[in-house]
Amino acid sequence: MEVPIYGLTVRGVKKHFHKTKKPDEKLRFHQKILRLFKREKETIRAVDGISLDVNIGEIYGILGANGSGKSTLIRLISTLLLPDAGSIHVFGDDVVTNSMKVRRVMNRVSVEASFFKRLSSAENLIYAARLYGIAAAEAAKKARDILGRLGFDAKRMDEEMEQLSRGMQQKVAIARALLTTPMLLLLDEPTTGLDPKSKRDVQAFIEEIRNERNAVIVLTTHDMAEAERLCDRIAIIDNGKFIAEGTVKELIAKVPPNDNAPVTLEDVFIALTGKDLEEGDE
Amino acid sequence: MLNIRRETIISYAFIERNFNLLKRYLNWEILFFSYSIVNALTIGLIMVGRGSSADVLYLVIGALIWGFLSIMMREVSDAITWERWEGTIEYTFMAPIYRITHLVGSCLFAILYGLLRTGLVLAIMPFFFGEHIDLGSANWITMAVTVAVSSLSFIGIGLMAAIFPLLSPEKGQAATGILQSVLLLISGIYYDITVLPDWLQPFSKISPATYTLRSIRAAMLENASVESQAGNLLLLLIIGIVLIPLGFWVFHIAEKYAKRVGRLKRSG
Repeated sequence: MEVPIYGLTVRGVKKHFHKTKKPDEKLRFHQKILRLFKREKETIRAVDGISLDVNIGEIYGILGANGSGKSTLIRLISTLLLPDAGSIHVFGDDVVTNSMKVRRVMNRVSVEASFFKRLSSAENLIYAARLYGIAAAEAAKKARDILGRLGFDAKRMDEEMEQLSRGMQQKVAIARALLTTPMLLLLDEPTTGLDPKSKRDVQAFIEEIRNERNAVIVLTTHDMAEAERLCDRIAIIDNGKFIAEGTVKELIAKVPPNDNAPVTLEDVFIALTGKDLEEGDE
Repeated sequence: MLNIRRETIISYAFIERNFNLLKRYLNWEILFFSYSIVNALTIGLIMVGRGSSADVLYLVIGALIWGFLSIMMREVSDAITWERWEGTIEYTFMAPIYRITHLVGSCLFAILYGLLRTGLVLAIMPFFFGEHIDLGSANWITMAVTVAVSSLSFIGIGLMAAIFPLLSPEKGQAATGILQSVLLLISGIYYDITVLPDWLQPFSKISPATYTLRSIRAAMLENASVESQAGNLLLLLIIGIVLIPLGFWVFHIAEKYAKRVGRLKRSG
């Protein structure tokens, strides 16, 4: 029997965090002292038994409110967190036992741009490229090309990052991820907080990448329209669990129409989670 | 298999990045540099005021060497703190690099930066102390060998200190500062360790700075040869050989812990 090869395979992954519980009421001095010795812990089930397969050449969307576990799942895939249970394989390699091999083929764009803010975008990108063994001249050439395609004025590459707008910083973050030509690209809310023009530029670029190479792309987002436009399949995540998965059509079919109005992805999300997308905080 | 060329390029990334940051924060650099000069001067001038020329160099050596060793010890820790604040640590840890390559790059920068800063401060001293400092009888070879050998143990301590900001940037900075101040107290930077209380003296004997200063003072004040300092140098070498692998191992354990409990995130 032929076993299908997926770009990304996640099986029953769990990640729970244990945090000190905040007291419900204001404590007296002696109670505060006693609490130093006896702290109550609460368990946060950030990712709670998630499984998924993403095919090569596919964009897989993860839709969830703040605090639903999207970023934790991305961190688990990107080897920044160790899973409590389950397994994650990238092109057949386990992210825990073969992390170095996985890191070579993967990159990530996070919601915060995360750069050395007093360094220029060129300096930041060359530094990031060197970590992947790419020489400075090659990195600078590639960076100019990617940033140009994203509508970033190459003349501004020598300006300090803190002088750039949020949209421009995010474009540099995308360039940083693509400089290494990753086969697995993890996009963690790449367009959150961007102005409409930057958002369109980034979305168009993600489509270009999908069309020109057989990469595996995982995209987490708040934005229903973005998920509909870019993703081949979408999973809805709530309280660390996937509560639905499928194409946009398949998801919409899960909710009966109300008053003959067409069902939107947002209706599906609210019907399945009982939440608005802006609720919670991750 | 380890590709040496690739690992060298990657190590260089940390050196280049840190020098780029140094250029961008030049105002702060000038401030720290001025402080190092003033610190060495004020300490030396105490002895000039007391008419004790012989002790001027004794104290200036303490200030300079402590400055150099502090850079060795703090630089890796400061680099981790900086990466935690900027949020870039996740990208560094996500890159396909061996931790040893990452930390060696940071340590090489620390050595270059420490030599540059301490060398500049040393070059300025004769302009202020004139005849009170006589470097004519200094044995520079012994001094260079001592600095090289003692750097190993301080890099080892630095690697261990770097786990503090890895786990918590704010508390980590404080913890590194406490460790540094304890070493300052017990290592005889400005005095002979025999003046310390009896109960504190055993701790002085396990501090590499104690042996570093002893050999450097012997080299600078008494023209001591490398052979005459062989005992101290061997001890420093042994401490370095033990502390560097121990530092890497402790950092590896801390990294695993940080990944298990989710401490690499910017918000901590």
